[in-house]
Amino acid sequence: MKNFILMIAGGLAVSMTAFSPGGANAAGMDDDIYWHVQADQAEYRIGDGADVLAWQGNAWIGNDDHRLAFKTEGENPIGKRLEKAEFQFLYRKPISDFFDVNAGIRHDLRPDPDRTYGVIGIQGLAKQFVETDANLFVSETGDVSARFEAEVDWLITQRLVLQPLVEVDLAFSEDRRIHSGAGINTVEAGLRLKYEIRREFAPYIGLHYERKFGATANFARDEGEDTDALRFVAGVSFWF
Amino acid sequence: MRRLMLAALAAILLAPATARAGTYDLTIGTAAINVAGKDQTAMTINGSIPGPVLRFKEGEDLVINVTNTLAEDTSIHWHGLILPYQQDGVPGISFPGIKPGETFTYRFPAQQAGTYWYHSHSGMQEAVGMYGALVIEPKAREPFRYDREHVIVLSDWHPDDSPHKILSNLKMSADYYNYQKRTLSTFVDDAGKMGLGAALADRMDWGDMRMLPSDIADVSGYVFLANGRNTEQNWTGLFKPGERVRLRFINAAAMTFFDVRIPGLKMTVVQADGNNVRPVPVDEFRIAVAETYDVIVRPTEDKAYAVLAESMARTGFARATLAPRMGMAGDIPANRPKQYLTMADMGMAHGDMAGMAGMDHGTMGQGATHTMPDGSTMAGTRHEGQGMTHAMPDGTTMKGESHAGHSMPAQPTHTMPDGATMAGMDHSAHGAPASGDKADPFYAPGSGLMPKAAEGGKFLSYADLKAIKPLYPDRPAAREIEVRLTGNMERYVWSINGVKYSDAEPIRLKFGERVRFKFVNETMMTHPMHLHGMWQILDNGSGKYNPAKHTISIAPGKTVEADIEADAEGEWAFHCHLMYHMATGMFRKVVVERETAEAVR
Ligand SMILES: [Cu+2]
Repeated sequence: MKNFILMIAGGLAVSMTAFSPGGANAAGMDDDIYWHVQADQAEYRIGDGADVLAWQGNAWIGNDDHRLAFKTEGENPIGKRLEKAEFQFLYRKPISDFFDVNAGIRHDLRPDPDRTYGVIGIQGLAKQFVETDANLFVSETGDVSARFEAEVDWLITQRLVLQPLVEVDLAFSEDRRIHSGAGINTVEAGLRLKYEIRREFAPYIGLHYERKFGATANFARDEGEDTDALRFVAGVSFWF
Repeated sequence: MRRLMLAALAAILLAPATARAGTYDLTIGTAAINVAGKDQTAMTINGSIPGPVLRFKEGEDLVINVTNTLAEDTSIHWHGLILPYQQDGVPGISFPGIKPGETFTYRFPAQQAGTYWYHSHSGMQEAVGMYGALVIEPKAREPFRYDREHVIVLSDWHPDDSPHKILSNLKMSADYYNYQKRTLSTFVDDAGKMGLGAALADRMDWGDMRMLPSDIADVSGYVFLANGRNTEQNWTGLFKPGERVRLRFINAAAMTFFDVRIPGLKMTVVQADGNNVRPVPVDEFRIAVAETYDVIVRPTEDKAYAVLAESMARTGFARATLAPRMGMAGDIPANRPKQYLTMADMGMAHGDMAGMAGMDHGTMGQGATHTMPDGSTMAGTRHEGQGMTHAMPDGTTMKGESHAGHSMPAQPTHTMPDGATMAGMDHSAHGAPASGDKADPFYAPGSGLMPKAAEGGKFLSYADLKAIKPLYPDRPAAREIEVRLTGNMERYVWSINGVKYSDAEPIRLKFGERVRFKFVNETMMTHPMHLHGMWQILDNGSGKYNPAKHTISIAPGKTVEADIEADAEGEWAFHCHLMYHMATGMFRKVVVERETAEAVR
């Protein structure tokens, strides 16, 4: 397993050398390097159970053909210890007009004990402007899991955007130490209403629903936790 | 002393024997401009936007000393001029560019006459002010007369974002600047007009392609300028009533196509891209980025006439004024309703608009519904009661429609896609369409971009341009080169034949051959394609009178052909003149080379 992770890290290093600096010549910048940092969600959740601070963000740097990407997400219940904190370092390459392939490593600081995964995934804009991200993870313990995310922007006005999203986490084997069962583990659904003050800055309010299933739900019950939670959210998304 | 004077006299007398030289010194620097309510830094040529009008005589040498006081490299390209390629001013192709502190002297003979322009070809300096007009007076008398002339350089200035920031924003989100997207309320409107099913089907069609019908200009937020002035600053050109005034229009914008009109005046187009054409009287014309058009107007009244250049995306005007005295201003009307692309612009028309020709409103009852050949553009036309209402996504798609037998009310009302109404639209052309109201063959049938004169009358088409004196004898092209205009809107990568510049091989032409470029626009944007150093002879069906242009604009979903006489040895740039299309790869090097002795043998 460690070898697999090393291999991906090596791939990342090789891909870095594929970058070529842009020049201010005749055609301008058709091979220039761009970068962006984006927080999709930085929000406070209030409702069932403890209040939660949650984040989800990403960053990338690269040209049209090769990019390095970073993703992170996490949840911190107020007054409790950090519950979920995940970081991904990925190499990203276009595979079609609308889709990219991602490959790299994921490291979860939480849940405890921490876990390192190899990641391979496809991300892009599906028909009807649905942003999708599908990933397969192989952990250091050899457990295989997957995650599928989809979201779409529905414009109410040019700046007021209703954004439904859904995320499904599933695993092909049980990883008892991190309280992950086999099968569909969690389903999250969100509905956020954003107002784009600028493209780069949009406060929002909305609802977040999360439900655990199967063995994962049993693990939660054993811990005295709820297996589902509906929370009101308020937050901000921004990029630069 | 006397001998010295004689020698000087002799020198003066002898001078015409050698080529005369028109010499200019240009200094590239920065200056503050205020066209958006605040001082902003522009890159300038001799301290102004636009740079000075450079005037030369046909046959003389152009000698232009360009001094770079910027902290970065610069260059000047002479747009539309026929010259040795080393003088063409494209860094990386013709020469290394002009380094900071350096002076580069351009020197070449003026082999042509007409209205041209010049601009930086480095970085994206052109988008922040580095452009100006260049006029070459002809040796021979021109086939038209005028009493005075004005140069009108149209351009766009972005008050919020630098060119690099614009490009970065587009790379992050290609619809960053699109605030004309379809929303819930436009959906409700459409559902009201077309019915829920049709509105939904239309949304699904666009959603399937992951494209936006409102994507007409990639960048919004521009201030539009005429000779460097915004609408309030109102650049004014003088005339005496009754004079014939030649207006030399140049579109030096980074991204903006303009539709130009002068309410109250007929314009006679006499020159396109520097070459004389058979005069065409028009009410309005579209000038693509980098094109030039010369028109002659004859204002007879002692009043101010507004010269209106409305952006193709209908986001604003560049306004200048023609007036008998300074301090007068022509009126600025409201923007026309926003235009939307149709499935025809996607090259996906479900039928030809010719199918509409026989549409008979005489038989229609109240509240009847029209299903158009292109269901997405016009399903559900309502004809209710007295004030006949056309619900039209785009007023231009109904050309050739027959209103025979239909009694027209005095004030018919057209409901446009955004709900605005156009009362009192002139329907006189409907029964028997006037010649000026025909569909332009250089747009896809049913195109949402199909131009139409704002106040009725004739809108110039490429089909109207006929050379007075063809530059080359007509002969068939030896071969055809397909130039597919391609791009990935989502990633904001523009390309030719699917390959961007940095990944592409040059296009190689044999010196002396005539080749045909077959432009196939596979994108939903309009691309003004510019070839350096050689003319593109646009095939508009005029045979040997096909006009020679330096920039040919190709509308979405269209195929346009042009011949090139490869008579200029060297390496040349060939690209889309939209700044951010060029910068992201819609660019090629064209190499014209003599056959080697080996190849000949
Ligand atoms: Cu283009």
